[in-house]
Amino acid sequence: MNLRNILLFAAVFGLIVIEGMTASWNTALGILNMGLISAILALGVNMQWGYAGLFNVGVVGFVAIGGLAPVLVAMPPVREVWTTDGAYRIFFALMVGAGVIAAAIFLNRRLKGRIRALAMTVTLIAGYFAYRALLDPAVEFVESFEPSKYGNIGGLGLPVLLAWPVGALFAAGAAWAIGKTALGLRSDYLAIATLGIGEIIIAVMKNEDWLARGVKNVIGIPRPVPYEVDLQQDPGFLEFAASMGTDPMTASTIVVKLLYAALFATVLLVLIWGAELSLRSPWGRMMRAIRDNEIAAEAMGKDVTRRHLQIFVIGSAICGLAGAMMVTLDSQLTPGTYNPLRFTFLIWVMVIVGGSGNNWGAILGGFLIWFLWIKVEPWGHALMGLITSGMADGALKTHLQESAAHMRLLTMGLVLLLVLRFSPRGLIPER
Amino acid sequence: MDLLNAIVVLLNFVVIPAASYGAQLALGALGVTLIYGILRFSNFAHGDTMAFGTAIVILVTWAMQAAGIGLGPLPTALLALPFGIAATAALVLATDRVVYRFYRRQKAAPVILVIVSMGVMFVMNGVTRFMIGVDEIRFEDGARFLINATEFRKMTGLKEGLAFKTSQALTIVTAVIVVAALFWFLNRTRTGKSMRAYSDNEDLALLSGINPERVVAVTWIIAAGLAVIAGTLYGLDKAFKPFNYFQLLLPVFASAIVGGLGNPLGAIAGGFLIAFSEVGLTYAWKKVATYVLPESLAPDGLLQILSTDYKFAVSFALLVVVLLFKPTGLFKGKAV
Repeated sequence: MNLRNILLFAAVFGLIVIEGMTASWNTALGILNMGLISAILALGVNMQWGYAGLFNVGVVGFVAIGGLAPVLVAMPPVREVWTTDGAYRIFFALMVGAGVIAAAIFLNRRLKGRIRALAMTVTLIAGYFAYRALLDPAVEFVESFEPSKYGNIGGLGLPVLLAWPVGALFAAGAAWAIGKTALGLRSDYLAIATLGIGEIIIAVMKNEDWLARGVKNVIGIPRPVPYEVDLQQDPGFLEFAASMGTDPMTASTIVVKLLYAALFATVLLVLIWGAELSLRSPWGRMMRAIRDNEIAAEAMGKDVTRRHLQIFVIGSAICGLAGAMMVTLDSQLTPGTYNPLRFTFLIWVMVIVGGSGNNWGAILGGFLIWFLWIKVEPWGHALMGLITSGMADGALKTHLQESAAHMRLLTMGLVLLLVLRFSPRGLIPER
Repeated sequence: MDLLNAIVVLLNFVVIPAASYGAQLALGALGVTLIYGILRFSNFAHGDTMAFGTAIVILVTWAMQAAGIGLGPLPTALLALPFGIAATAALVLATDRVVYRFYRRQKAAPVILVIVSMGVMFVMNGVTRFMIGVDEIRFEDGARFLINATEFRKMTGLKEGLAFKTSQALTIVTAVIVVAALFWFLNRTRTGKSMRAYSDNEDLALLSGINPERVVAVTWIIAAGLAVIAGTLYGLDKAFKPFNYFQLLLPVFASAIVGGLGNPLGAIAGGFLIAFSEVGLTYAWKKVATYVLPESLAPDGLLQILSTDYKFAVSFALLVVVLLFKPTGLFKGKAV
């Protein structure tokens, strides 16, 4: 960290502090919390892109699948559906499905020629129908149980913090499956395959109501920090609020947000410590050597595809971790809100602007771009208001004012293009 | 009689929709594959190019409708199409000049160009939303059906009706004309030949005195034209919504890769393969089965292999199968 980088970080945090002083500390801390999560996401994507040159366009899927973990870990179980007709049967069906795929892979390895194609087709088709025959009645059973309140299998009722590593594991699993297929081929193929897996994960989360209620959303996921209402009734806290000279309401929301910020900051610090350590280790040097010249690295005996798979899984796991943290922060899972423009492409803007290949750069980009993403919309409205102030009232004026909301996509695209063109190494370049 | 009914149902719900969707995908995939062949990168902005062009077509259509200009039974959008193509071609040429040319001269890695195209996608998406908003828009006018379901029933005396929408017929006819014109252009004209030469071997083409900037410009214009035609036909057939066009990116890319990136013939085959698999796997076959099978074997369930919500999974699964077993695609593309 040299002086320039410290100044850059200070400037970004200064922006958030100014927001706190001019608007409210609540919104400023809201930006800080999401900024921390964005920084973790950017760190994950930076590992894939900056360390290994892998282009992942399915970040949104890994964030979403990580967000599943808090529901499956921390929500209380719906005991009524855990019968042999319900949840147990669903898991049996899923195991059968996995078994069919394993059998197909086995046949693929053992057989040759026409027989192979025939055997695999028969196995997959028969297996699929067996799987559906097992799954469908069980799903119906689970989803028909009090659909307005449950209709899902619930969770394990464990502490929500445990869901964070579990979310990382979910994302790692998905990444392993997709990396195994698409890595080792052209770089664009990985991009398109990840684009697909992202869409599919979200489609599954929207439609498989038995899993996490789909678009009916799960609300009230347990929190790792105390509730505002409880704080407001705690005499000790009331005294503390009075001594700070604020009303208990504001004080409680701020304290809760600060507690979240502390948790997220801890995770971020652990991750950056690990990332920096690994980047400087022989493993990190090998990664960069592979990125800079795959053929030379391969000639030195490095297994490029395997290393790519490794880093792809690790980076995706970090995205899943961030997804679980975000759901914990919101205490709700809303699959309808996972938009690729917001969760994939925005993260890429963060990485590129911050400085690809540099962990600190990715973190800085995470904070800065998140801040801009939040602020560009009100700025756009203000700017449009200024432009249209001289205009006569009419259809054009209303159209312009309404479309100011779309300014953020345009701005982010321009920022990305300008940085790539004029400062491709980003704000904090790789050493 | 039952067999005839079954065929009519099949035509109505599977063959016709899949054929028109396949034609739309094929046109989109042709654009992707041409850009890939000549400029050597996967253009992520293609879906939003389609959206931008269609948005212009819609705006011009509205203006024409307001001025009372129309095509009778055909949708007015056909008249507006040239304006959309011109505007989109101008936009992509400007983008190439301002954005892509720099990286081409630098001989940047393909993956950098892909990221750049992502930035372009963001900007185009913003511009489209800025112009026309995010809501679903239907802009089909003229005669809605070529064959109406009730009339068909009356005419033939069959139990099942056959509906053939004008937009579907138009899609198939337009696609055939456009593809024929494109292949004539690529195989018979001097510019087309120079494009193919450039795609096959860049250095050799440069040595033979082919002007690369001209080839690139022509490619962009053709890709823009294909994108706008595909987008407009898709919008006439279904509806226009910017986000849906972004989501079309996956089936379009899957079509191009399944057929073999860089191979125009492959893109067409891929488009129809993806469309027929998607419609075939998400269609509930119960009705067809009840007509074909004897009564004792009539099915209880819907016989739907996959819920329509998972139609993206079909293109994805095909993509994965092709990547695993034939990474160059069915028609030997140039990518490995």
